[in-house]
Amino acid sequence: MSRRVSVVEEILSANDQLAAANREQLDAAQVFAINVMASPGAGKTSLIMRTVEALKEEFCIGAVDGDIATTIDADRIAALGIPAVQINTGGSCHLDAVMLQGALPQLPLEDLDLLIVENVGNLVCPASFKLGVHRSVLIASVPEGDDKPYKYPVMYRGVDAVVLNKMDVLAAFEFDVDYFRRGVEALNPGMAFFPLSCKTGKGVEGWLAWLRNEIGDFQLTLDV
Amino acid sequence: MHELSITQGILEIALRHAEQANAQRITRLNLVIGELASIVDDSVQFYWDIVSRDTIAAGAELHFERVAGILRCLDCGHTFPLDGLDYACPVCGAGQVVAAGGDDFRLESIEVD
Repeated sequence: MSRRVSVVEEILSANDQLAAANREQLDAAQVFAINVMASPGAGKTSLIMRTVEALKEEFCIGAVDGDIATTIDADRIAALGIPAVQINTGGSCHLDAVMLQGALPQLPLEDLDLLIVENVGNLVCPASFKLGVHRSVLIASVPEGDDKPYKYPVMYRGVDAVVLNKMDVLAAFEFDVDYFRRGVEALNPGMAFFPLSCKTGKGVEGWLAWLRNEIGDFQLTLDV
Repeated sequence: MHELSITQGILEIALRHAEQANAQRITRLNLVIGELASIVDDSVQFYWDIVSRDTIAAGAELHFERVAGILRCLDCGHTFPLDGLDYACPVCGAGQVVAAGGDDFRLESIEVD
């Protein structure tokens, strides 16, 4: 005798619950965390290195680095003198809340002000898996083309800041910055947008100012 | 590419509800997947056959209800489908939109014996 059982359960609810637990742990340790997402080669590690170099005297920074294999990125970031944990996802295309949960105990959370989580280079999968961080940042780069916000709406919506990297090579590409920006803002009202070049450093100051401000706002909420 | 972990999640949810319903066997799963959920049916089906093996859900049929990606203009309220080219509202030309459909990714029901 066949019968139907109503379920109506979100398939990613288990991940969402773990993400909420991660957030509680970060809040309890008073650590502001960001999730940095981008396609491979857009400049995630470059921007993180610029950020760490500029802010490491002001804030105590830690990093979590997701990659399918190798510890190249974590090694580069750790060379700047901050604690960095590599998560090798073993072929998986994104970080999820369980992976971040496993990495947190490997960091001196009580000492940190800022945790930078570098997601796996991928413009599809990381969007579906919440981690429990406070802000999501997407890095695009000029060579990828100006149509990406329209082709990858899932990735581009729900982000708090978009960095457009490699502005130093803009002249070599047919990249309409206004068209790109319109696509991003259509999905994210009030989003912060930073065209910059990690290579030359031009524009990086705007990004750093935003991040400083976000950390400051977070710390104010803790004092209340 | 993340359909393996997703499919394991689907199995866990289905088995839990089947147990609560004292079911002997799961014969069908009714899934609702939106266009914005980035999930490929064929991959879920492929992994399903592997992860459900040796469970009471082995051989269960997967039924996918697809929900199209729909945007809503925040200015005039007009809804229109995703086209991958532009987000400007085709009626009023405004540029601010929200997803009004296609976010779904859930197990709606299971059929059991």
